[in-house]
Amino acid sequence: MRNKGTALHSAEMMIPRVGGFRRVKDHLATFLAVGAVILVLTPLVAIFVYLLYKGVGSLNWAFLTQTPKPVGEAGGGMANAIVGSTLILLIASAMGVPVGIGAGIYLAEYGQGRFGKAIRFTADVLNGVPSIVIGIVAYSIVVLRQKHFSALAGGVALAIMMVPTIARTTEEMLLLVPQSVREAAQGLGISRWRTTISITLRTATSGIITGVMLAFARVAGETAPLLFTAFGNQFWNFNLNQPTAALPLQIFVYAISPFDEWHRQAWAGALILIILIVSSVAALRVVSSRGMMKGAS
Amino acid sequence: MGVGIEVQQLNAWFGKNQALHDVSMKVTPNQATAVIGPSGCGKSTFVRCLNRMHETLPETRVEGKVKIGDQEIYGTGTSAVQIRRRIGMVFQKPNPFPTMSIYDNVAAGLKLNGFRDRQKLNEIVERSLRHAALWDEVKDDLKKKSGASLSGGQQQRLCIARALAVEPQVMLMDEPASALDPISTGKIEELIFQLKEHYTIVIVTHNMQQAARVAEYTGFFLLGKLIEFDKTEKIFTTPSDKRTEDYITGRFG
Repeated sequence: MRNKGTALHSAEMMIPRVGGFRRVKDHLATFLAVGAVILVLTPLVAIFVYLLYKGVGSLNWAFLTQTPKPVGEAGGGMANAIVGSTLILLIASAMGVPVGIGAGIYLAEYGQGRFGKAIRFTADVLNGVPSIVIGIVAYSIVVLRQKHFSALAGGVALAIMMVPTIARTTEEMLLLVPQSVREAAQGLGISRWRTTISITLRTATSGIITGVMLAFARVAGETAPLLFTAFGNQFWNFNLNQPTAALPLQIFVYAISPFDEWHRQAWAGALILIILIVSSVAALRVVSSRGMMKGAS
Repeated sequence: MGVGIEVQQLNAWFGKNQALHDVSMKVTPNQATAVIGPSGCGKSTFVRCLNRMHETLPETRVEGKVKIGDQEIYGTGTSAVQIRRRIGMVFQKPNPFPTMSIYDNVAAGLKLNGFRDRQKLNEIVERSLRHAALWDEVKDDLKKKSGASLSGGQQQRLCIARALAVEPQVMLMDEPASALDPISTGKIEELIFQLKEHYTIVIVTHNMQQAARVAEYTGFFLLGKLIEFDKTEKIFTTPSDKRTEDYITGRFG
């Protein structure tokens, strides 16, 4: 017993007592970190709560199933815009995701030379190009040629916006896969392209999905590139070659209108847009985590 | 069955740095050959030249002849990918595929090369894991657990099983136990003894006792040159080169 006591005592002697000032610094750092988190989360929560407060009143079954009514008539909804947005985003993803991931693979696995550098630079510049400019590009390469606005043109504009983000995140995620994993595959006599597709890409999947989601969420709310590509539509349209309604466009048009009823519907539309983005991102997360192994890094 | 390896006048470079100088060596089939030497002496480079892994690094070059069995692996028209299927490799740090299950790790070499026979695949996975002395520890969660969730020693045996599954004729081991504790090291060494029955083994090691324990032949490398190559017993008792003696008696390196 006595031995134990002295051992404990000497152990206590070894550790210097933490002085008051150090403790204050420790608390201060923790306080600042928590404060920063609150600062970041406040706008997000505030926006969502305000949207709920303003939008939920106009949200009803008709809003989700009907097309807009003419001014002066009550009721009506944004069903065509919800479907239109979905269509445009599907087109954008179908074009932007494969191209973006492909470019990312090139950059990570083969793009060490000058060409790779040029692509990397171009992608970064493209990322910073104002979205309205991208809209003009899509206008001139699709709309002018087709001679009318269309969902396709909107999809092209959004796809162009998705590509650089996806390409750069894919590249970064692939570079995070340790070289030893690639070596293991090559040592087994697996060819390089097979290694890239089935081993490296698979190892980086969760990070790449995060990149895809970020790109998707960003373009889902874009209005400017759709103004003169998808253009908008007050009626149902399932033809990809015709002007198509989109939620952000509809919100824009309603928000700047002089009618109270439209203002209320714009709030509800914004709420729906946020819910759609959040739920599709969450759904992708769930689906992608299903195939993952437990304990995988 | 294992096959012999014949290396003639092998030279290798990293950019302008020559890592191997005129190395010649004959590796006997179905025996273990150890490669020892101080860090940076070219042991790993040498082994990586035997399955054409050296050339996967940027700005590298190889000259010379390496024959595995009857095949000249640097001959014109031979594919590096085909060669590597005949020569398994185990690396210093265990490197299982992190997002794959234990089963998929072992089956990867076959599956990704187009092998589709499920039942045969099950047999091969079980046999490979048994050969690697890992079966009993993992048989209950083959498809449930990821390769990365195993302990370091288990991961290394998983990597051995993965290499065995493609049925190579030669196994190259680049310091397979240097990241492992003594118990896991013992298991790997025991494994090497059993593997010799079916495979020719070349093992790089920093640990001279390990070389003495597992290998029939030992080669001593220094500054990119093969200084001495002989029966392990001879190298460790009566080396003919002064530098070998200095190294094994711990005078340098």
